[in-house]
Amino acid sequence: MIKALPHPKWKDPRVRTRKPSMPPGNRSREAQGLLSMAARGRFALQVCSNCGAVQYPPRQLCGKCLSEELSWQDVSNKGTLLAETTLQHSNDIYFRDRLPWKLGIVVADVGPSMVVHLSSDCKQGDKVRLALSIDAAGNAVVTARPEKPTSNEKDDLQLREMEFDPKHRRPLIVDGKTEMGLELTKAFLSAGARHVFVGYAKPWYESQYLEEIKKLDKVSVYPLDVTDTDSVEELVSMIGDKVEIMVNNSYHLRPGGLIDRFDINTAHDEMEIHYYGLMRLAGCFGPVMRAMGADGHHSATAWLNIFSAYAWINNPAVGTYSASQAAALSLSQCLRAELTPGGVRVVNTFIGPIEDEWHQLAPPPKLLPATIAPRIVSGLSKGIEDIPIGAVAEEILERLSENPKEIERTIKL
Amino acid sequence: MVKKRQDYKGVVVCAPVTIPYSRYSIKSAHWFCGKALAELITSSGLSKSDVDGYCISSFTLSPDTAVGLMQYLGVTPRWLDHIPMGGASGAVALRRAARAIQCGDAEIIACIGGDTNHVDTFRETIATFSQFANDAVYPYGSGGPNSSFAFLTDYYMKQFGTKREDFGKMCVDQRTNALPIPFAMMKKPLTIEEYLNARVIAEPLRLFDCVMPCAGADAFLVMTEDKAKSLGLSYAKILATIERHNAFPDDPVQIRGGWAVDIDDFYNQAGIGPKDIDLMQAYDDYPIICFMQLEDLGFCDKGEAGRFVQSHDLTTGGDFPFNTSGGQLSTGQAGAAGGYIGIVETIRQLTDQVIGNTVENAQHGLVSCFGMINYDRGICTSAAIFGRSTA
Amino acid sequence: MEKKQNENEETLSSLLGGIINGGIQVIDLTMTLDQRTPTIVLPPEHGQSWPFRLEVISKYDERGPATYWNNMSCGEHTGTHFDAPIHWISGKDLPNNATDTLPPDLFIAHASVIDVSLETKEDPDYLLTIERIEEWEKINGNIPVRSWVLMRTDWSKKTNPTEYLNHGDEGANTPGPHPDLIPWLIEERDVVGFGSETVGTDAGQAAHFSHPFPCHHLMHGAGRCGLPALINLDLLPAQGAVVVAAPLKIRQGSGSPVRALALVGK
Repeated sequence: MIKALPHPKWKDPRVRTRKPSMPPGNRSREAQGLLSMAARGRFALQVCSNCGAVQYPPRQLCGKCLSEELSWQDVSNKGTLLAETTLQHSNDIYFRDRLPWKLGIVVADVGPSMVVHLSSDCKQGDKVRLALSIDAAGNAVVTARPEKPTSNEKDDLQLREMEFDPKHRRPLIVDGKTEMGLELTKAFLSAGARHVFVGYAKPWYESQYLEEIKKLDKVSVYPLDVTDTDSVEELVSMIGDKVEIMVNNSYHLRPGGLIDRFDINTAHDEMEIHYYGLMRLAGCFGPVMRAMGADGHHSATAWLNIFSAYAWINNPAVGTYSASQAAALSLSQCLRAELTPGGVRVVNTFIGPIEDEWHQLAPPPKLLPATIAPRIVSGLSKGIEDIPIGAVAEEILERLSENPKEIERTIKL
Repeated sequence: MVKKRQDYKGVVVCAPVTIPYSRYSIKSAHWFCGKALAELITSSGLSKSDVDGYCISSFTLSPDTAVGLMQYLGVTPRWLDHIPMGGASGAVALRRAARAIQCGDAEIIACIGGDTNHVDTFRETIATFSQFANDAVYPYGSGGPNSSFAFLTDYYMKQFGTKREDFGKMCVDQRTNALPIPFAMMKKPLTIEEYLNARVIAEPLRLFDCVMPCAGADAFLVMTEDKAKSLGLSYAKILATIERHNAFPDDPVQIRGGWAVDIDDFYNQAGIGPKDIDLMQAYDDYPIICFMQLEDLGFCDKGEAGRFVQSHDLTTGGDFPFNTSGGQLSTGQAGAAGGYIGIVETIRQLTDQVIGNTVENAQHGLVSCFGMINYDRGICTSAAIFGRSTA
Repeated sequence: MEKKQNENEETLSSLLGGIINGGIQVIDLTMTLDQRTPTIVLPPEHGQSWPFRLEVISKYDERGPATYWNNMSCGEHTGTHFDAPIHWISGKDLPNNATDTLPPDLFIAHASVIDVSLETKEDPDYLLTIERIEEWEKINGNIPVRSWVLMRTDWSKKTNPTEYLNHGDEGANTPGPHPDLIPWLIEERDVVGFGSETVGTDAGQAAHFSHPFPCHHLMHGAGRCGLPALINLDLLPAQGAVVVAAPLKIRQGSGSPVRALALVGK
């Protein structure tokens, strides 16, 4: 039975911080299909439309009937553990640093045998629960845990490498003086965060949420204005090497379109906060987090951006806001590539309209921060890379994959 | 009704050659293959141009294949084959070459398996072994074959109650066979205690379950019996061969190989059965695969190999001489040469050119080959039965 | 004519001499432009003034090995700044109402410093009245024509931005001129404009005056100027200092950050 991870000690200043390394990252194009499923937290494999055979490893032709009609479909994630091994030796630096390493062969209920990263709670012959996770190199891998959740299962050191469980980690919540900031703080604390850093800008704007945050245990608040490079640099100099999860909660929405509200200044503010703000945060915190990405079981692990679903498709009612979100999303992909060598992964959440003054005229459904925050944290803890939250975000994603032109013409707030 | 396969009457193997193994080498695969060719022609009194056909197997010729090697060695064959089947290459090369000789497409074919082993070669080889391995195995702990065979061993042991002592018995006997072999990597006797208590590599595998990668080459010539006689070469006859790829794909974990598909055809072609085999060379990068070969080639029932090994003496002087030069587990795995070592040793035993200990009165030798853990199991199997020229 | 010119040259020369020998002190009335400098709080749906921001162009590095310099950005009304008449709708049609067209001699003017720091300490919403100025004039003499009226409140000593802006849920609570004072200063004293130590020239609650934002609406409507966010007014005499405060010459600019200086005779 997996033991609960002990509370981390302060870092021993005499010990060299382990340099990040990555597991092997060489994947075929077809295998990258697994990544697109893993990124969404789905357990989907290629299924032959002709003969129904489930394929693994991924391929371009059905291994049974040679049909090329293979589609990714959600399939049962149950299987049986047939064989296992614990490596005490590896040819790869990443694994050598982390031995012993437990692996298994699971025959999935849907057919194929799969080599998996194995939870130490699994025994040969057990029914197991398979998942597609993303490893430190950013590639999809199959993991297996006991069929029924076990206590402390998130504390499995091996699988923790492929998830971003906040337990014992220290998030920094940017723009934390909002209701979302408060709810995120509470959600991280209840997920076992070691400490929560909360940044707030414009101290002359009072915030009841910040006052509530200050009353919580294991929380520190710091001035942090993402439009001000100095401010970001100052905070990184204080807590940069302690931030293990960056939570970019920057949010600045001003309704209006391009011609319908032609205002460079407003658009500029949105870009300052969403785009340049991300850039300042990344430029200052990114290098430190990247260097700390292999620092033990509580290493820097994830960079979370809370984006609007309108990052995917411009909603003219919030046209410049959507554009600034799209810019930030694009930048996050650059950040993802640059953080990967450190084993720090970029996670983007895409949320639908929330229940706040700037969405006053948006029709329901609208999301409450108290609903969103725990879902964000649970997505992180599962290691999901793209987390759509709420019916609006889900619908946009579905419509985009079906017909991007249709949604471009008909999207409304 | 399957058409009866033609026999190999009149085709023989001779000139067993080994380029001494070394743990690491700064020489290239081209060098090892070339040295093997030089040794083949020197030992058989041929000139380079007499060899007019080649079967080449190597992992480390990259970016070259057999093609580039021909220009490198300055030869102009009229027949060329590249057999990239790893441990299964030897018997497959033999089959291809024998038919070419039989049909007159070539007169003398050199079959060469050779590889180098630079300090990082092995890791590079397994890190880019196959698409399925890249996608679905190597990123899982990067154990290489250790982890793949750990799975097979774990599954097999739990299926059949096999004990590590059973594998150990085989390893210890093979080590005994290896002791007089000068180029063997392992030079000291192995005790069962040492085997059992060695450091864990990938549970349940320990150090002496795992083959040691090294550099080296093994080679032999295929020609007509008449040609061998005219050259005054000792030779062995080819009685039967088989190959099979991707057998039993629906077995969730490999517990048998393609030999089991072709066993009847195999012995029918040879005209003898398992009881007539005087010595066996099995592909042995890990003990588990030897057990499957013993079973799938009819020496015992499935799951019985442990008991079989325990009740037989596998040394050259024993009642079941097995991997009589020590096999790869004792001599090392020189890349694709691992697919040739069994044939070369068998030719030596059947032509009285033995380097180590001789199996007395051996008439028939069986060689079994296995290779290419493409994803979760070995894909290629092959085997051959040889007979003494007088048999 | 020649004699007169000589006299003026002597005046300038003695001014410079005074500055050099210390007889005339130069007092800096300007707050440091800083990323933390708060900007005026406005309704969020209104246009917003950019805060002061610096981004390094190069700092003796690969972006410019020999050079240190920055790009800066801010609203025209950031830090210690100059309000031109065009800033308010009431001054939009006046001639010479913008930073590029204001007569430059306006940028050098006398300063009358009204010290209401004690009153302000008691009451952050304190309003400067005609009566209070008349009381001041009894002691210091009348405000001369073409003078800045500088309201000393010591408010600039509040370095915490939150205290400096002093916002409550009904708006800011900061001192400023009483609405009745502005017409009086224009008509009776013909001032250049009004200066303050707070973020703007008007009081925090000026939106709710019978005449909202009088120091903007009336002052600028009469072609007069503003000089908010000053510091060091406590170092100035009630009468006799000369203020030098010239805005950047921005075409049709409504104002600009200034380096405001006061010349004070010892």
